[in-house]
Amino acid sequence: MELTTTWYLVLGAIIFAIGASGLMIRRNPLVMFMCVELMLNAVNLTFVAFGRELDDLGGQVSVFFVLVVAAAEVVIGLAIIVAIMRHRSGATADDLSVLRG
Amino acid sequence: MRTNVFALDPLFLDDVGFEEVGIVLLKVVVAFVMLLVSVMLMVWFERKFISDMQNRIGPNVAGPFGILQTFADGIKLFFKEDLIPERSDRFVFKLAPYLSLVPAFLVFVIVPIGGDFGEDGDGTVTWFGHETFLQVADAPVGVLFFLAMSSLAVYGVMLAGWSSGSKYPLLGSVRASAQMVSYEAALGLSLAAVILKTGSLSSHDIALAQTGGIVNWNVLATGIVPFVIFLIAGTAELNRPPFDLVEAEQELVGGFHTEYSSLRFALFFLAEFMNTVTMSAIIVTLFFGGPAGPTYAGPAWLWGMFWFMLKLLVFLGVFVWFRATLPRLRYDQLMDLGWKILIPLSLGWFLFVAALEIGDNRGWSRVVVAIVSGAALALGALLMSAAISASRRQRLDEQAESDSPVGAR
Amino acid sequence: MSAAAVLADIDWHVEQQVFFYLIATTQVVAAWRVVTTKNIVHAALYLVVVLAGVAAQFILLGAEFIASTQVLVYIGAVIVLFLFGIMLTQARIGAENDLDQPNRLPAVLTAGLLAILTVSTVIRTFEDVELPDNSRTTTASVSDSIFSDYIIAFEAVSVLLLAALIGAIVVARKD
Repeated sequence: MELTTTWYLVLGAIIFAIGASGLMIRRNPLVMFMCVELMLNAVNLTFVAFGRELDDLGGQVSVFFVLVVAAAEVVIGLAIIVAIMRHRSGATADDLSVLRG
Repeated sequence: MRTNVFALDPLFLDDVGFEEVGIVLLKVVVAFVMLLVSVMLMVWFERKFISDMQNRIGPNVAGPFGILQTFADGIKLFFKEDLIPERSDRFVFKLAPYLSLVPAFLVFVIVPIGGDFGEDGDGTVTWFGHETFLQVADAPVGVLFFLAMSSLAVYGVMLAGWSSGSKYPLLGSVRASAQMVSYEAALGLSLAAVILKTGSLSSHDIALAQTGGIVNWNVLATGIVPFVIFLIAGTAELNRPPFDLVEAEQELVGGFHTEYSSLRFALFFLAEFMNTVTMSAIIVTLFFGGPAGPTYAGPAWLWGMFWFMLKLLVFLGVFVWFRATLPRLRYDQLMDLGWKILIPLSLGWFLFVAALEIGDNRGWSRVVVAIVSGAALALGALLMSAAISASRRQRLDEQAESDSPVGAR
Repeated sequence: MSAAAVLADIDWHVEQQVFFYLIATTQVVAAWRVVTTKNIVHAALYLVVVLAGVAAQFILLGAEFIASTQVLVYIGAVIVLFLFGIMLTQARIGAENDLDQPNRLPAVLTAGLLAILTVSTVIRTFEDVELPDNSRTTTASVSDSIFSDYIIAFEAVSVLLLAALIGAIVVARKD
């Protein structure tokens, strides 16, 4: 069986679905973050696969931007989580409702 | 097509057959053995050198000049009991030593350790009728590979501390990871100047660009500053003295490897010294021309190897010298040095080098460019130091307020 | 004959396939463990396996710059930050029970549906698309692309990073 773009897309789709299920199942904010990273990486995989297929550098450049955005997101998210955990240890995503003010 | 994945070693220009694969395997084995032997000698060299500096004799029993001391220590560690703490995470505890050892090995792959880097050499050797480089792999993203591997080194330390299930190792590992993450930025930024000067990420190209005299060496070509920053940040990245807060005995017992014993401890020990050797090799490659140097009679690649070893030895000596003479920094001093001095300085210097480069391309006068960009950088430095001192004043005020009994919240 | 031309003649498909399947299986298993494991540090480590697998797939696809950046940024910085956050807040060894929310069935059903839908769509749409052999991407070409076609996006992302930096400092400050 020849390796086609489809295989990369299927792999990306499966990882994306697993990440999505994790995001719904988990309630620890850190693990939910990890599941978001799973989904982002699944998308990155499809970006590069498409970029390869269409012979377009845009695929790789998008991955580069996704990397940067993911880094920024993690920095902010972790700062918020650590700030909340400092006040109430063992906080779950449900406890983030305290941010309502 | 995979040209971009495989390095363009001239070895792969013809059809790849058994001979080529054999040469690659030979290079891997030789690099592996060389690294292990050099680590053995490095441990001995460090102990002996420090003893000399401290007016002691040092190891002198095992073998001539005590040169087999490391071997003896290794055998001792091998036969000791292997303890795994009751409350540890067993799998991660076993995994951690390998996580710190493997990146240490892998970095060495991109170091050109020899080859004809003379006046008009192109860094190749001819073995068994095949032309090749004297390095295991010449990755087109070599320098990025080095940065990636050195960022992986955090995992061994961090997971070792966590999985021990004990307080001191955890504190040590949190310290270590904060330190390594903060100094990595300075490490990468100081490298950027070298990459800018060479215009290539490949370690072979970087070494090749520095042939033909000391003025071409990156240490001078980029100004001394990136090298100094790289040396300091590299020492911090290695967790070596004076940045060895990870295993500050007075505060943290043994640091992240307190709970480790026997062979697993030996692996950490090995990784530490291996990292020292590879970091010295990287410094030599990036800033001191790698195997570049004058060639005389005999095969030119052997001269390259000789110069490389000589420079490597100098830097190994420098690291030991640091350890013997410098007192350990306090943790806040360490963080201040990294974030407030090294990172801004390396970023500013990178911009300066870039401005000179652009000026050369456009044909502007070097002096004018240097003065203008220097003034801009000085202004930036002034603003930053003003901001830092303002925030410090504010912090001290707040502290004084909360310390006084009347103003207590 | 140039190196590029010689390497183009070699048939890489067998190796690429073997490694693709190996890595893909590892990735899926590890991703599954990220979602199911009871220990938060283990979840982070399984995530590292998935990310390293993605980097390996990038190399198989000929995108070496993105692959090394992936290792450098994701594995070397993002996950280290995760582990750092975990260790500052809740570094317990052994199983933790409050990682999951109580009713999982709807979540699993939704995700399963999503997987079936996307996979079937992808297979139907891209059934016969072969991976072309002619895409040559070097670090230089990627950087040319970033600094010409995508320069505005690049600047926007730089400002975003700066904002994130300042925001993180403000949030994390003692108050």
